[in-house]
Amino acid sequence: MARYFTDEHEWIDVEGDSATVGITDYAQEQLGDIVFVELPDTGTMLEKGGDAAVVESVKAASDVYAPISGEVMEANGSLEDDPALVNTSPEEDGWFFKMTIGDKSQLEGLMDDKSYKSFCDSL
Amino acid sequence: MSDTETEDDIVEPGVLPLDAWHRAQGARMVPFAGYEMPIQYAGEHGGIVAEHEWTRTSAGLFDVSHMGQLLLSGPDLDAAVEAVLPIDLSTLKPGRQRYSLLLDENGGVLDDLMVSRWPEHLYLVVNGATKWDDIGHLREHLPDEITLNHLEDRALLALQGPKAADALARHAKGEHELPDLTFMRFGKFTIAGHDVTIARAGYTGEDGFEISLPGEAAEEIATLLCGEPEVQPIGLGARDSLRLEAGLPLYGHDLSPDTSPIEAGLIFGINKRRRTEGGFPGADRITREIVDGTARKWAGLKVEGRMPAREGAEVFSGDEKVGVITSGGFSPSLGYPIAVAYLAAEHAATGAALEIEVRKKRLPATVVPMPFVPHNYYRGS
Repeated sequence: MARYFTDEHEWIDVEGDSATVGITDYAQEQLGDIVFVELPDTGTMLEKGGDAAVVESVKAASDVYAPISGEVMEANGSLEDDPALVNTSPEEDGWFFKMTIGDKSQLEGLMDDKSYKSFCDSL
Repeated sequence: MSDTETEDDIVEPGVLPLDAWHRAQGARMVPFAGYEMPIQYAGEHGGIVAEHEWTRTSAGLFDVSHMGQLLLSGPDLDAAVEAVLPIDLSTLKPGRQRYSLLLDENGGVLDDLMVSRWPEHLYLVVNGATKWDDIGHLREHLPDEITLNHLEDRALLALQGPKAADALARHAKGEHELPDLTFMRFGKFTIAGHDVTIARAGYTGEDGFEISLPGEAAEEIATLLCGEPEVQPIGLGARDSLRLEAGLPLYGHDLSPDTSPIEAGLIFGINKRRRTEGGFPGADRITREIVDGTARKWAGLKVEGRMPAREGAEVFSGDEKVGVITSGGFSPSLGYPIAVAYLAAEHAATGAALEIEVRKKRLPATVVPMPFVPHNYYRGS
């Protein structure tokens, strides 16, 4: 399994033909206490860079973008009851949705762990 | 992912006396009202929800030094100020403070403020984002004999929460014992040898104090108060969620020149004698609205589910648009989203079932009484 990162602070785990998407620890730290996550319905067709989800902190609503194009296979139902999972376990239990990989070549422009870390350090 | 807000056009933010102190406490600083201000702090007790809950259960220290502190003095001061504010100064005794409103000629709200009677002065606390406009407005409308002194060298700290009095009593010595300082009274005190004034008031709905102090003493006094086990520093984020739960309007969002105080339910800011006598800016409209009512009313909404409805969201009754949200967010104390809106009067009664449109979804919402969370003011034991 390979994990990639976007400059919008999403992570994407790739396993075969499907991927799991969430927001990074850096992102949840910036957002603060998360009180609601609006997730896409199963079957939604996502376009790379398009709106995929909305995460609401106490203070503000922020868009989460699709790191690649594909179809939503499953949304994380646990976030409905416990949106704070995004704060406590952003890169594991607090995942947002699983999706198909429409175009594998789109993964090439994403960052690996090391480049994402230096990207965050530069902010 | 940016959640900052700029309240005016000042490009270079000003530096407040506690700027370095906030950064040393791990504050995340954001531009606000022309300054860099702490939105929340780091650490075990940091974060908007933790800071909010700490204030509701213990005591929080807020830096509100961005607000304007003004001293007015001069001959026939009361009459001059009554020509500008709808306040009845004949009933404002020394050592008392009262909420008032700066209105334009149409009765629109230019600012909301506190007026206190000092022995030879009136002391005003006005909003940070509007203070320069307020000073210009007051200077233009007050006679030349009235001196307006902007106390730019003073800081303002708010200590708020059910344990604020316990913590402050260990440090404040003055003309009153703290238990005698009831809600909306103030007095002169010393803290660590510095002359301060303390008012029993605030913007959270909790018991608490607003401490006006010399800017150069701000770090020492903030450190002293945060050294008490009950006290943690609290940022602007929790200040906003606390005041919203307390049903207190925020200027620039819930109040503006396009809103009248009667629409906003702030009739108490138009003192009784002035309601019949008039003689203040916008009196024609205000007195008419007091008699006839207003077409829209500022009201509280409980939002179903967990998705917050925020400023600008439209409110519907069926297909009819009946209002707009002016502030809204998730209530940490209640565990569900709350909002305030100007609603068509016929849809503003408690219990009215409405819908709020958020990202093309309709969220069911019910008009509820305010405050959302009961006030806990200290009116005497």
